[in-house]
Amino acid sequence: MSNITNQSLSEILKSIKSKKISSLELTQAYIKNIENAKKLNAFVTTTFDQALENAKKFDNKPNNEQLLSGVPLAVKDLFCTENVKTTAGSNILNNFIPSYESTVTKNLWNNGAFLLGKLNCDEFAMGSSNETSFFGNVINPIGDHLVPGGSSGGSSSALVADLTPATIGTDTGGSIRQPASFTGTVGLKPTYGLCSRWGIVAFASSLDQAGPMTKTVNDCSIMLEAMSGFDDKDSTSINKKKETYSKNLKDNIKGLKIGIPKEYRVDNMPKEIDELWEKGKKILKDLGAQLIDISLPHTKYALPTYYIVAPAEASSNLARYDGVRYGYRSQKGKDLIEMYENTRSEGFGDEVKRRILIGTYVLSSGYYDAYYLKAQKVRQLIKKDFDDSFTKVDAILTPSTPSSAFKIGEKTNDPVSMYLNDIFTVPVNLAGLPALSLPAGLDKQGYPLGLQLIGKALDEQKILNIGYAFEKNCGYKNEIKKWWL
Amino acid sequence: MSKEKFDYFINGEKGKYEVVIGLEVHAQVLSNSKLFSGSSTKFGADPNKQVSLIDSAFPGMLPVINEECVKQAIRTGLGLNAKINNYSVFDRKNYFYADLPQGYQISQYKNPIVGEGKVLLDMPYGSKEIGIERLHLEQDAGKSIHDMDPSSTYVDLNRSGIALMEIVSKPHLRSPDEVNAYIKKLRTIMRYLGTCDGNMQEGSLRADVNVSVRKVGDKNFGTRCEIKNVNSIKFMQMAIEYEANRQVELLEDGKEIDQETRLFDTKKNETRSMRSKEDAHDYRYFPDPDLLPLKLEQKLIDDLKKSLPELPDNKKERFIQEYGLNSYEANVLVSEKEISNYYEEVAKLSDKKLAATWMMGDLFAMLNDKGLNISNSPISAKNFAELVQSIKSGEISGRIAKEVFEIMVESGDNPKKIIESKGMKQQSDPKELEKMINEILSKNKDKVDQYKAGKEKLFGFFVGQVMKLSGGKANPQLTNEILKKLLKG
Repeated sequence: MSNITNQSLSEILKSIKSKKISSLELTQAYIKNIENAKKLNAFVTTTFDQALENAKKFDNKPNNEQLLSGVPLAVKDLFCTENVKTTAGSNILNNFIPSYESTVTKNLWNNGAFLLGKLNCDEFAMGSSNETSFFGNVINPIGDHLVPGGSSGGSSSALVADLTPATIGTDTGGSIRQPASFTGTVGLKPTYGLCSRWGIVAFASSLDQAGPMTKTVNDCSIMLEAMSGFDDKDSTSINKKKETYSKNLKDNIKGLKIGIPKEYRVDNMPKEIDELWEKGKKILKDLGAQLIDISLPHTKYALPTYYIVAPAEASSNLARYDGVRYGYRSQKGKDLIEMYENTRSEGFGDEVKRRILIGTYVLSSGYYDAYYLKAQKVRQLIKKDFDDSFTKVDAILTPSTPSSAFKIGEKTNDPVSMYLNDIFTVPVNLAGLPALSLPAGLDKQGYPLGLQLIGKALDEQKILNIGYAFEKNCGYKNEIKKWWL
Repeated sequence: MSKEKFDYFINGEKGKYEVVIGLEVHAQVLSNSKLFSGSSTKFGADPNKQVSLIDSAFPGMLPVINEECVKQAIRTGLGLNAKINNYSVFDRKNYFYADLPQGYQISQYKNPIVGEGKVLLDMPYGSKEIGIERLHLEQDAGKSIHDMDPSSTYVDLNRSGIALMEIVSKPHLRSPDEVNAYIKKLRTIMRYLGTCDGNMQEGSLRADVNVSVRKVGDKNFGTRCEIKNVNSIKFMQMAIEYEANRQVELLEDGKEIDQETRLFDTKKNETRSMRSKEDAHDYRYFPDPDLLPLKLEQKLIDDLKKSLPELPDNKKERFIQEYGLNSYEANVLVSEKEISNYYEEVAKLSDKKLAATWMMGDLFAMLNDKGLNISNSPISAKNFAELVQSIKSGEISGRIAKEVFEIMVESGDNPKKIIESKGMKQQSDPKELEKMINEILSKNKDKVDQYKAGKEKLFGFFVGQVMKLSGGKANPQLTNEILKKLLKG
């Protein structure tokens, strides 16, 4: 029982449902872990009292019919949570307590889970290392000098350190998959529109998508099933019947066609990544899948396209943080304009300011056509590449990231090299497709590496199935020395 | 109806100038809730009482289009004989202001919901067609209140997010009178359609006015200035008048006109520069990624078209055909839906032409006097029709009718009842009248002799005597006839 927290979500659910452990005991175990893991800086806010109360409530009247019966969950601090501070990792929302609950978290609670705390993240989800957070950087449990990835770095760190049985993040250009890859965990970015964006602090509206981060593929399917669903409060939400991903999870992938895009073999990519990719191909082939070479010719334009579209939307989405109605307001300034300038100068960090500047620039008159409009056109071409390939294959296998977790501070002064970390993940967001990052191996330093499975729109079940089969045959296991204890 | 010929020009020493005007009218959509949120749109609530999390742009809030507002825009477009676009896009217009919570206004930029259309104006010098460039949907901003506190500005977000239709005209207007006619016509059409109440005092209808001048005969337009946010027709006319003369003066002095945005100071009756072209905002328009493009089924448009009420232009034609009215009468009587309804009710029960005359005369004068409108007229259409019929049938004279009318206004009573109870019926029995006149003539023998001797002016005296004796009820026509006959004999 002392080891309950290092089990998977599905194992924990079994223990709860069979009364091997109470929700209260489980919650207490996580609270203890969290209190002992302050060094990781994974949490911005904890809601222990509320969690303990909810656990007791569950134990008094257990409902075991739910997907997430009696399970405490910590979530990325980008999800608005009713009466619980929601910061988006920013000073400008440092004092913001929403009066409402995001649809996705509400879905989790409606399925029996309850809130354990809010997880650190890059400021407004802008970053690949969780170093842009106003609340300080998060440390990767894999090594005390390593970043946990970003922007859902608090989520990946907390998950792998057993501070939450599963979690959710958001993924605008790789913010779920890259941290999952850096911590040897499973992360899924669903099809754009599968999970409601209502109540999630927006970064780039046409790219943002919430998704699960878990220890296993099965856990991932449970979480996805719980959090997804049509929401009429989000105009981009897809109206379709809810799927039962966990029940339909199968490990037979015989005859499935897996595309291998040649453009994902980039210059200066470490040999280990290449080897990992080969290993992945072999596993899938041995399971009876058919490997097919494909081409996604516009891949090389994905990163520049992303770094026009995302900042453009962000520059507009973040205009509401002006100090007028909520959040941080500077006390300096003699008129409205100065109040704006001081509030936003003091409230936002450097990376956010950088992206607001880029976004404002690419939308400004005289530059719009050359940047934003062109980027939108290229985005269509990238999408078309995928559409064309998916007439031939069921899923696409690529590496998740071009490297393993890097050192804290290593890339903070070189934004472009930081942005390059998203090179394999951003095309998926631009195309609105689902993609799953799976732990697949270790580099020679012993740091985790991930492989990415990209699916057709709304074909989450298929990539989960392939991931499930892969997981069973890969033999990957996270061995974490809990050095922070 | 005075001027037969268009004559609004400004004469300078160097030539005669014509004024070119285009309007961007902001019409508040009649709907219960806002364009992208469920908040109420009712006017007059306490500050910040009709504000949702969406209207105040809380983190993670998303807009969802209000279908009724879309339908209202389509109806209006159809009423303007305009092309309805099956595909339109909502864009963000980015700028910072304290009463703009999102930091952007959701509007339509490149792909508006309604394209080109036209509005027909009835001017004294003939009818004139004014082109509509486009109509698009957009959110209204909140209100900044600067005069409640010496050191702070208060913000009221009740208006934030309310749906507006921006109706952009082509630069086809040429005088303040045409602007007046255009605004009134737009308002009439929208009121017929029930898409905007057109209440300018409450700000439901406001306009930005683009003004330029050019020498008569010039093909190219002059440099224009935009006068922002004018909220009454009178102020629009004053602003145009001032602005056109200002521009002509500049040109006469050999100076150039700067393209700029100006404000109209209603107290000083002048326009003032607000910002020049160089300082113009860069709104950084781009398609709102929170909203999908608006795709309209042709069936929806067709169904709305079928359900449109009869519009003023058609109704006017029908009034001319069906009721034998002239163009002017028909125009006045269709100017408001309620007036036209009232008229039709009256016309069905009485003489159509006489009804029009009496409505446009005594009834409108009385309503105007009392500050009432036709919907709360103290005289019901049915009673009014009876009054008209009583005149037509000769039961009462026009003069008596005015008295009856006054009593109807005060009491709301039925005219028949008033005529009966006050004995106001016209005396039209020739025998009775003859008896009465004979009596008068025999009492005034001297005057009769004088009349017969050639003093014909005395005829009026005899008429007066008849009226006096009859208490004003003698049928005047009959009285004249009988008097003439008896005086001859």
